[in-house]
Amino acid sequence: MSKTVALEILRYNPEVDSEPHFQTYEVPYKDDWVVLDALNHIKDHLDATLSYRWSCHMAVCGSCGMMINGEPKLSCHAFLRDYRDRVIRVEPLDHFPIERDLVIVMDSFIEKLSSVKPYLISNEERPLSDGEHLQTPLQLMAFKQYTQCINCLLCYAACPQCGLNENFVGPAALALAHRYNLDSRDHGKSDRADVVASNEGVWECTFVGACSDVCPKRVDPAAAIQQTKIAASLDWLKALMLPGAKR
Amino acid sequence: MSRRPYTRKVRRSWWLRHRRYVAYMVRELTSLFIGIYSAVLVMGLVRLAQGQSAWDSFVMMLSSTPGVLVQLVCLLFATYHSVTWFALTPKAIPVMVRGQPVSAKTIIRIHYAAWAAVSLVVLIAAGV
Repeated sequence: MSKTVALEILRYNPEVDSEPHFQTYEVPYKDDWVVLDALNHIKDHLDATLSYRWSCHMAVCGSCGMMINGEPKLSCHAFLRDYRDRVIRVEPLDHFPIERDLVIVMDSFIEKLSSVKPYLISNEERPLSDGEHLQTPLQLMAFKQYTQCINCLLCYAACPQCGLNENFVGPAALALAHRYNLDSRDHGKSDRADVVASNEGVWECTFVGACSDVCPKRVDPAAAIQQTKIAASLDWLKALMLPGAKR
Repeated sequence: MSRRPYTRKVRRSWWLRHRRYVAYMVRELTSLFIGIYSAVLVMGLVRLAQGQSAWDSFVMMLSSTPGVLVQLVCLLFATYHSVTWFALTPKAIPVMVRGQPVSAKTIIRIHYAAWAAVSLVVLIAAGV
């Protein structure tokens, strides 16, 4: 008999269910299968009603984040062979409402992301004839790791503050704000400060550090937030000592 | 079909789910003991201002067995707080020297060296 593994999946059908419940599926075990392969097997062969998000199957699109045995993971990045248990528990990402089965409602994140203005803000319009905006390798190194974020939301599921205060701007959005603040081409720091340096911005973070632990792209949101706290404190001090000075 | 998203509540026991959350909660708990020790220091200042006999009885209270025990427990938690905080400092204070990032280990070592230097100054000032 070929080897199998059981997937215990949290199901929720908003048309029928009053609350979510677990449903178990037996799927073939293969050494090179990730949890996403097992979900696709269920969808194709066992139960076509199972809903979940995925796209690239190679840890680039950031769509397939789920809680796997209680830990936020990209399901395309979680090999069955790394789980010794016969039963693997799969749930939607923590700290987000469940739309259906493993699909979460991420509207709140999209709003938070746009609130930090995650794009280059220039002082003045540059005509195309000026050519490229050159940057030295050192200027690029200052922010490069933060550009790797794929908005997979694993950091929001890992962060207890995100669960306890739904208004917390959260790790990914604050790391992206930091990424643009550090970019030598950007002049939008003061435009972002109202959100970033607010109580529900960096100051809601208590430095648990879980966001950086679970990041599949090795972005370090915890570092970005602590550095922003220091920068925001210095800006505040500067404004206090030198009123009217340009920040 | 209308949408009916389901919101799950965060359990009070969320911090027992993973070792990293337990370690974080212990670090948060340490601040309670650092608060207690700060209160002891403030009390010492008040007693000092009240004169020699008040100060002597304060010192005697600190030297009693319960006094020493409280200080030992506070020292234990303060050490845990400092060690875990030093481990996190490279994230908060990335240092660049001549265009090269200083390694996390070096930043942590500098903090330990500063801690040792300050402790030495305090011990010398206290006449130990």
